Amino acid sequence: MSAPVIDTPRPPAGLPPSAAPVAHSRSGLRQFGLIALALLVVAQVAAIAMSRPDAAMGHTQKIMYVHVPTAWTAFLSFFLVFVYSVRYLWTRDARSDRLALGAAEVGTALTALTIVQGSIWGKPTWGVWWTWDPRLTTTAIMLLIYVGYLALRAFTDDHDRAARWAAAVGVLGFINVPIVYMSVRWWRTIHQVQSTSSSVDPSYRLGLLLNVIAMTLVVVYFILERAESARLEREVDAALERRMLGGSAAGA
Amino acid sequence: MSRNRNRGIVGGAIAVVLGAFAWLLWGGLDGNIVYFLTPSELMAKGTQGYDAPVRVGGMVEDGSVVWDKDKLELRFNVTDGQAVIPVYSKGAPPQMFQAGIGVVLEGRYQRSGVFHSNTLMVKHSNEYKPPDHGEKPAELYKNLPRGSQS
Repeated sequence: MSAPVIDTPRPPAGLPPSAAPVAHSRSGLRQFGLIALALLVVAQVAAIAMSRPDAAMGHTQKIMYVHVPTAWTAFLSFFLVFVYSVRYLWTRDARSDRLALGAAEVGTALTALTIVQGSIWGKPTWGVWWTWDPRLTTTAIMLLIYVGYLALRAFTDDHDRAARWAAAVGVLGFINVPIVYMSVRWWRTIHQVQSTSSSVDPSYRLGLLLNVIAMTLVVVYFILERAESARLEREVDAALERRMLGGSAAGA
Repeated sequence: MSRNRNRGIVGGAIAVVLGAFAWLLWGGLDGNIVYFLTPSELMAKGTQGYDAPVRVGGMVEDGSVVWDKDKLELRFNVTDGQAVIPVYSKGAPPQMFQAGIGVVLEGRYQRSGVFHSNTLMVKHSNEYKPPDHGEKPAELYKNLPRGSQS
């Protein structure tokens, strides 16, 4: 669901070509995406090549280079859902709604990935795949909230109503996100607190930082690409609706 | 569905969600839902602490680890610096288990005064570093838990 729609849907024959005026900015976006993905590959290879096995957990430490960037970009995505939901409710600007949708889809996939990666790290480290500690539990709740957000959008036929209700969930559901982040400080958990620059060895720090930056760029690209494909979908829907209502498509 | 009724539903949903979070923040999770007890808290429960399923978290006391590799039985003490509780666990612990590390145990505190653990979890700190000079990196899955050490 989060994967960017690279090939945008071609409008059915007889509909006005609408994508032409933005073709230029779309190729710019595509280039940005390719650079971001290339940077992520380089950052992963560099981080893995640069780091010696951890003193306590050996090579398992390298999961950090995917887990931390994934979790961080999930938080970032839901923050963007919040921002664009508020903006949509305020201005009723359709682009804000599309960006909120893109960020929610991407963030939901990232949260699921974070849980899977954490599980893979947790089994050799903690000894269990899953335990109901506050960090894991609040993260599972976060996943459910945004799955609910996407389900709400999918099951509401009317675009405007879906956008309004989703925006309300996008604002309210965000309450849980800082709780997830702070859970390791507020309550007793098995999950460690956030690492700081002094708790991570310098030889690991650069690789981690590079991956966080690269992943952030990739996620920004995914969200923009998804918002753009949502705009095209919306145009096709609108054009089909006009045709079904019997009017000629010529005036559109 | 009329517009007003929709508004009522949305308003009601918002109130429920806000209420639930307020309850979690200021009441529910604070005292009632605690992921694990410290050894002191378990001891403070007195006879009520016996035989009930509970999680206990603390540090593995230095020099207390005894691993019987024939019977696959592990014995050690868990402590929070004040109370000390002897622990019995069956089966091999996670590879990072060692004296001085944080653990979270699921099990029951027996009337004999020994905590019978059925799940032993190791808590990793937020520190990551390569081994110091001359030290060997841990090889998970290769090292069997060594016997008593500190």
